Amino acid sequence: MGEDSLLLDLDSPAEAQAWHAELLRRRGAGTVTPIRDIVPGEKTVLLYGVSDVDSIHRELPRWSVSGPTADDGPLVEIPVRYDGADLGAVAGLWGVSEEEVVRVHSGAEHRVAFCGFAPGFAYLTGLPGAYQVPRLAVPRTSVPAGSVALAGTYTGIYPRVSPGGWQLIGRTDVPLWDLEREPAALLTPGTRVRFVPQEPAPGEAPVSVRSTSAERRA
Amino acid sequence: MSGGKLEVVRAGALTTLQDLGRYGHAGLGVPRSGALDQPAHRLANRLVGNPADAATLETTLTGVAVRASQAVTVAVTGAPAPVRVDGRPVAWAAAVHLPAGAVLDVGLTTGGLRSYVAIGGGITVAPVLGSRSTDLLSGLGPAPLADGDALPLGARIAPSRHADTVVWQGPQRELVLPVLLGPRDDWFTGAAVRTLAAARFSVSPASNRIALRTEGPALERAVHGELASEGMVPGAVQVPPDGKPVLFLADCPTTGGYPVIGVVPESRLFAAAQAVPGLPVRFVPTRRRRRPAE
Repeated sequence: MGEDSLLLDLDSPAEAQAWHAELLRRRGAGTVTPIRDIVPGEKTVLLYGVSDVDSIHRELPRWSVSGPTADDGPLVEIPVRYDGADLGAVAGLWGVSEEEVVRVHSGAEHRVAFCGFAPGFAYLTGLPGAYQVPRLAVPRTSVPAGSVALAGTYTGIYPRVSPGGWQLIGRTDVPLWDLEREPAALLTPGTRVRFVPQEPAPGEAPVSVRSTSAERRA
Repeated sequence: MSGGKLEVVRAGALTTLQDLGRYGHAGLGVPRSGALDQPAHRLANRLVGNPADAATLETTLTGVAVRASQAVTVAVTGAPAPVRVDGRPVAWAAAVHLPAGAVLDVGLTTGGLRSYVAIGGGITVAPVLGSRSTDLLSGLGPAPLADGDALPLGARIAPSRHADTVVWQGPQRELVLPVLLGPRDDWFTGAAVRTLAAARFSVSPASNRIALRTEGPALERAVHGELASEGMVPGAVQVPPDGKPVLFLADCPTTGGYPVIGVVPESRLFAAAQAVPGLPVRFVPTRRRRRPAE
């Protein structure tokens, strides 16, 4: 990819995660040519700003990268109020009740596959393929910070107010992006995540989310 | 040692702080950012005696006017523009003495799009993740300048004694972009690659620090599925569903879901920083010689 980058094109998200973990390990140990940025994708790993592209290109086929990474990443629990504007729509798409959406989503163990879209925005895998949902046909111009949302079989959490086309199922108050923290992102690739259902605080629940949904139609 | 303040008298259409960019955090979704015309940014710093990573002001078309609370050395590079100190014309692309309280005014560009203003000692706002660059995609770093802003200056330093001869090549008549095909050129028809090579495109007015958008023919896809999100780089030529190639620049997102037909080498990307809307664009696709991947 260009003069000084390589895109490793892999067969599955699990393989991409394993290669990403291996690249980080080797970079940490200093046994690989310097790489400015390692960017995992859904089924790829981008090596950006590689000081010696040819040498790593020759070396990569000789690496033995074990299958899917063991589930040993750090575990983060995220409290969620499941009151998102699209919770009903998601329940309709899944053909279940809203309560069942909450049960399935909070019952699964999720894992950060990769980050992107915005600083601290993590793409979480963990929902079985049967629970796939499409993006909204018309993205919202403004999604509130902390919105927990679905697209494909991914879960994402908006770190700050931004436009967005994912289906909103809930909200959290946990700061996803904090420059005072190292790293600033709460959810880094490999992190395991559990969502813990919370009751909405009295009086504030779905109001602000409804206004967002009105804005979409406006 | 404190170096005083730089007051923004006239912010211009869009003036941001830029340095060499924000690296090492792309895996967490942080764009690279940094000066779009890096040679111009580096030259401006060199002229005033700053290290290359000192922050400069990057203007857009209409320049900027600033006043320093103490005497400083300044230099304006990049897109040529009339440069004045308290109304008196001074040199472009040269170290210029700006007395305390005097106004440096960089006017409308006479060719190109972005001028760079370096101040001896640098502009020392607090870095964010190792960089003072304004990132317009994600909002990291200082906000774009507004009239009346006051920016902290570094301690005064002696200007460079090395002479830099700057030859202005004249305005670009055409933006020529070599493109190394891949990683997703196989998502396009053979006709699309020929169109990329042969057709005349032009710079869209919708271009910004995130991407240079083009107007021209659409590139036809051979594969119609959805691409799994993958890492993006500045220089990537991404093709969204409307088929019009988009050249990613420094503030581009770190991942994207549209196929990249090829990548423009970084060294040839700086010319894109100075491409004004309407300028003809020509892509020169080439194939790499490297052995196929495992």
